[in-house]
Amino acid sequence: MYNYQEFDRAFVRARVDQYRDQVQRRLDGALTEDEFKPLRLMNGVYLQLHAYMLRIAIPYGTLSSPQMRQLAYIADKWDKGYGHFTTRQNIQFNWPRLVDTPEILDALADVDMHAIQTSGNTIRNVTTDQFAGAALDEVADPRPYAELIRQWSTDHPEFQFLPRKFKIAITGAVEDRAVIRAHDIGLQLIEDEGRIAFRVFVGGGLGRTPIIGQELVDRLPAEDLLPYLEAVLSVYNLAGRRDNKYKARIKITVGAMGIESFRARVEEAFQRLRAVFNGQDLAVLGDIQKNFAPPQFVEKSQESYFDALDSDSGFREWVERNVSPHKHPSYASVTISLKGHGDTPGDATSDQMRAIADLAERFGHDELRISHEQNIVLPHVAQADLPAIYRTLKSIGLATANIGLISDIIACPGMDYCALATARSIPIAQDIALRYARLEAEIGRMQIKISGCINACGHHHVGHVGILGLDKAGVENYQITLGGSAGNDAAIGEKMGRGFNVDELMPALDRLIDAYLALRLHEGEIFAETVKRLGTAPFQEALYVVDQAA
Amino acid sequence: MARIKPPVVITANDLLTGEVVYLDPAHRWSPELNAAKVFDVLGEAEGELATVSSEAVVVGAYLAEVSNDSAVTPRHYRESFRHKGPSNYFHGKQAVQDAEVAA
Repeated sequence: MYNYQEFDRAFVRARVDQYRDQVQRRLDGALTEDEFKPLRLMNGVYLQLHAYMLRIAIPYGTLSSPQMRQLAYIADKWDKGYGHFTTRQNIQFNWPRLVDTPEILDALADVDMHAIQTSGNTIRNVTTDQFAGAALDEVADPRPYAELIRQWSTDHPEFQFLPRKFKIAITGAVEDRAVIRAHDIGLQLIEDEGRIAFRVFVGGGLGRTPIIGQELVDRLPAEDLLPYLEAVLSVYNLAGRRDNKYKARIKITVGAMGIESFRARVEEAFQRLRAVFNGQDLAVLGDIQKNFAPPQFVEKSQESYFDALDSDSGFREWVERNVSPHKHPSYASVTISLKGHGDTPGDATSDQMRAIADLAERFGHDELRISHEQNIVLPHVAQADLPAIYRTLKSIGLATANIGLISDIIACPGMDYCALATARSIPIAQDIALRYARLEAEIGRMQIKISGCINACGHHHVGHVGILGLDKAGVENYQITLGGSAGNDAAIGEKMGRGFNVDELMPALDRLIDAYLALRLHEGEIFAETVKRLGTAPFQEALYVVDQAA
Repeated sequence: MARIKPPVVITANDLLTGEVVYLDPAHRWSPELNAAKVFDVLGEAEGELATVSSEAVVVGAYLAEVSNDSAVTPRHYRESFRHKGPSNYFHGKQAVQDAEVAA
C-alpha cells in the first residue's frame, strides 16, 4: 500500500494544526456556527442527531493493521467502543465531542490517516474493488491510479468549491464490484492492444435523481488519465448548476447538455490541459506503483485446509460464501462479514478491529480492505491458513457465512443517527437478517439495500430489492424497488407502488420471497435473474395482494 | 412543510458535545426533555428562538412539537429518537435515563 512521504505527513499535520485553531476560535466565540461549519466539514466533522460524527477517509478502502488498531484506539478513547464502516469504504465515529476532534485527527495523523475531503463539495475518497490487486479476474490493479487521483485531487485549488460533491470509483476487474456506473465518474481499466487504458463513464449517481453513468470515452490511454479527469472536472465546474443543490450534480449537467455536447467540451478542455501536464504525473505514478507490488506469496502445505473442508461443515459453508478466488493459485481473499444476524450492518467493535488487525498481521501480509458492502476483507491469505482464520473469527463472532445472501444488507445509518434521514434503516436490516437467517441459504444470492432517505447512501436504487425509508405524515414508511443491479448490468430498480408501514413491511417481504421461491426455474436461478426473466409484475402482485383482496 | 403547531419546546445540540439539549424555564440548556420550557403560544416560542439562536453554547436551535399531558413527549418520531437515543444500541440518552431511574 502507499507509504506516506514527508510531504504527505507535513501536509496532514498542518491541516490538523489549522483545524485545532479553528475549533478554538469557535469555542472562543470568534467564529459563528455559519463560519465554522464549512471548516469542520472540510475535516469530516458533521453534526448529526445525537452528537457530532467524524468521517475518516480510508483511501480506496485500504488500510494496514496498525491503522486498524489506531481506529480501535480512537473508538475506545473518544467514542463508544465501535466504528461504522460505510458504503464509501470509510469509517464513521458517531459520538465524538467537538473539543476532542483535533486530538482524534492528531491520532489519525500518527498512522498516516486523516478526514480531509470526506465532506464538502470536493472530490471525495476514490473507491474501488475490495479485491484490487488480488482478484482472479483483474486486468490491472486500480489502486495506483486511485492513489494518483487521491494525490491530484487532495486540496486541488480549482476543485475545492465544486457545484456539488464529486465521487469517483475505479475498477480493474472484469466484474464490477465498485458500482462504477453509479458514480460521477466511473473508471474501468481495460487492456487495449497490449496497453492499459480506461473506459470512462460519467454522470452516474443515486440520490433523488438516480441515473446510470454513460460512456464518455471507450479507451482512454492510461497516461492521459489526469489531464482527462481535470478536463471533465473543469467543464463541470463551469457548467454545473450552483443555484439549486438538487440539480448541482454532474449527472444533471450531462443530462441537460447531452452526452455529445458534454464530450465535445471535455475533449476541447482535454486538448488544452494535456499540453499543460508535462509528464510529472506519470513520474509520480511510477513512484506510486512501486508501493503496490504484490506481497511475497508463501507456499504452504494445504493438507489442513482440505481436511477442514472435509470435516467441518461450518468451515465449508464459510469458505463457499466468504472466500473469493485469488490470482495466486494457493491464495484466497476472505470477506469478514459485518452482518451477523441482528447486528448493525457495517459496525465493528474495537475488540473486533484489533482481532482483525492481528489476523491481517499474522496471515494477511498486513493488509485490510473495506468493501462498499460494509464488510472487511483480508485480500491476501494462504488457503492453508483459512482454518485458523475461521476459528479466530468464530471466537469473536465474525464468522457469519452470509456474503451475498439476504442478510448481507447494505444499510445507511438512517434516522438512528443521521440528521438528514426520514426513517430508520438499521432496525429494518436487523429484522430482515433475523427473520430469514434460517432460510437464507435456500433463498440464495439476493442483495437488499436500505436507505433512510432519498439521498440513497444505502444504494437502494441498485439493490435487487431496494428499500427506501420515508416520512409519510409522521409515520415511517418504506417504499420497495425491484430489479436494480450494482454490477456490470447496472440498473435502477423500479418502484413497486405505495410504501409499507413498519408492521406491513415484513409480511410484504415474506410474500415477495415466497413468490420468488415458487417462480424460480431451479435453485440456481437467483432472485435477480427471476425478476429479469419474468419482469416485476408477478412480484408486484405478491407485494400488494392484500390491497387487491381488500 | 406544514406549519408547526404548539405546544412546542426549543431544542438544539450542545456546541461542545453535540448532545441534544432543551431550553428550560430558567433559560439554561438541559439534556432532559422533561426539564424543557413548554410554549403553548407559537409566537412566544418563535420570539424566544430568535433570541437564543445566536447563543454560542448551542448549535442549530429550532422548535419541536410536543404533547404535554402527564409528561412532555415528542410528537414526531424524529424527536423521539433524539430524546431517547438510537434504537440499535442502548447507549444514547436512554442509557442515562435508565441509570437515573435505577439510582
